[in-house]
Amino acid sequence: MTSPLEQKKIKIAGPSVVTANRTWDGIVVYRTAAKSWSADLSEAAIVRNSDEAKTLLAESVADDVGAVGAYIAPVQVGADGKIEPGNLREQIRRTGVTIGQSAQA
Amino acid sequence: MYAYDEIDRTLVNERVSEFRDQVKRRLSGELTEDEFKILRLQNGVYLQLHAYMFRVAIPYGTLATNQLRALAHVARKYDRGYGHFTTRQNIQFNWIKLAELPDALEDLAKVGIHAMQTSGNNMRNVTSDQWAGVAPGEIEDPRIWSELIRQHTTLHPEFSFLPRKFKIAITASDHDRAAIKIHDIGLKLIKNEKGETGFEVLVGGGLGRTPFIGKTIKHFVHGRDILSYIEAILRVYNQYGRRDNIYKARIKILVHELGIEKFSREVEEEWQHIRNSSLQIDDEVIEDIRSRFSYPNYEKLPHMPDELRQAAADADFEAWRKNSVAPHKVQGYSIVTISLKPIGKPPGDATAEQMEALADLADKYSFGEIRVGHEQNLALPHVAKRDLPALWKALDKLGLATPNVNLITDIIACPGLDYCSLANARSIPIAQELTRRFANHELANLIGRLHINISGCINACGHHHVGHIGILGVEKNGEEVYQITIGGRADENAALGTLIGPGVKFDEVADVIEDVVEAYLALRERPEELFMDTVKRLGVEPFKERVYATR
Repeated sequence: MTSPLEQKKIKIAGPSVVTANRTWDGIVVYRTAAKSWSADLSEAAIVRNSDEAKTLLAESVADDVGAVGAYIAPVQVGADGKIEPGNLREQIRRTGVTIGQSAQA
Repeated sequence: MYAYDEIDRTLVNERVSEFRDQVKRRLSGELTEDEFKILRLQNGVYLQLHAYMFRVAIPYGTLATNQLRALAHVARKYDRGYGHFTTRQNIQFNWIKLAELPDALEDLAKVGIHAMQTSGNNMRNVTSDQWAGVAPGEIEDPRIWSELIRQHTTLHPEFSFLPRKFKIAITASDHDRAAIKIHDIGLKLIKNEKGETGFEVLVGGGLGRTPFIGKTIKHFVHGRDILSYIEAILRVYNQYGRRDNIYKARIKILVHELGIEKFSREVEEEWQHIRNSSLQIDDEVIEDIRSRFSYPNYEKLPHMPDELRQAAADADFEAWRKNSVAPHKVQGYSIVTISLKPIGKPPGDATAEQMEALADLADKYSFGEIRVGHEQNLALPHVAKRDLPALWKALDKLGLATPNVNLITDIIACPGLDYCSLANARSIPIAQELTRRFANHELANLIGRLHINISGCINACGHHHVGHIGILGVEKNGEEVYQITIGGRADENAALGTLIGPGVKFDEVADVIEDVVEAYLALRERPEELFMDTVKRLGVEPFKERVYATR
């Protein structure tokens, strides 16, 4: 998975969200349409083109106290509207490490 | 063990107060993330996939038992009950909360542990041989010099904003356990013809995107001149090192581009300006540092105690002893390596319970001292041979007696995509699967010494370039793909591995490694011929053919 830290241009190929880490504790959060952050991917605002993505990202980055390291991440939206991570990195960020017991909470 | 003086304690405590204030201002919004980032990095705090990661220094890999207990406490109170020992004698906590970090730092400061300069573009934790001070044949304890350099470089303004991070490793033994040839500066303690202590100085080693083996820049620098010589190297680097391109900013690139001869001349010229300055070290300074290291009062013990003779009848004990116990410079004592590579578990992880129990065992059997090695294992450096059977039983109960040190399941792996925001692919699950494939101890012993190193991206934190077998995870078309190299090594004969062919998918990696190992077993001339010797004799072609013939 190409690290989002290496992303230079904002170009999206499908539905995407803005994700970041909450500032005070670092947990994974998603930008919502209500201009706040949620730990629940189902509450994330979906963007579908680069202009929407740029706008959502700019607004997210501006909320520097709420969350840090905001970037655009791909998602898949099912026919029922269910949102799933669009790649392995985001899957791991959402559901946790893939390495077994010693890393579990 | 080294005892901090009042200056050290004040420095560490003041740093906690300073960082507490910085965190408070960050959380209130007074500091932006851009402003705060450099401050948190100077205190070992990264932002990773799931959370902040907190990296704590274990200078030259030496820990007292109260320090190990403090690390266990941090793991339990502020994290998820475990820590991860890294390839540079640090420990990382993967789930720390920023708001609680000052408290964690304060708890560590009480036992003289800190996170200063464990990240950022400065002088990182000075590392050394985990067998320092106890290895037979050692010139002298390299930690004394490590400590000297640690003191000189900690918060040194000239070294706080280098073009890029800078790492120094020191060894005093012919067999290099500190991987000095893959460091920005590698120091090997030697004696000159007059019997004076000094250093062979290497420069420009490093892995990552552009790997280089360090080159000898000076065959002998007298001990009294080592600070000025290091400073001269750093001044040349500070002046000429690139700051415009992060991928070309390490000193290895400068040394490569200038050539070692020209770089050496620049350093020599700079050195002549400063070598007779206050940087020249008085013997009293070294003696003062030496006096702050405490050494055990060893007993006079027999070479072969009855307890050890009797325990030899236990095949499991003997398997562990032969694998994990090494000779000590003092008769009747041993160095015991504690494998943090149990089958199927993440390499280098230890739970809070294991750390606490190990601290108890170190108090009981190792004069209260623990060591941390770059191979992501621990060691008890002063174990009486008579105590080995009892220690083994206790370690076994803790899951810390896997007899796989230096064998194929003693895998070095970075955290990879499971934790790291820079990673392109997972490392730990690959390591876990490989340990399951080679779990049979007889098979692992039959294979013999074989180091597998795994990195989840080109930054090479798993040192894949210098693994006997190196595995590098990359991303291709959205999938994890792994490149396999063979023939690397990180010791005194350090070498970079050679790629054997196209990358393979996540699910195929363990099969490929099995093929490489089977090829080795079929190709070696005799059982004593190690994997590296076979690769050296035959090159990579036979292995390549074996792996790709059916793929």
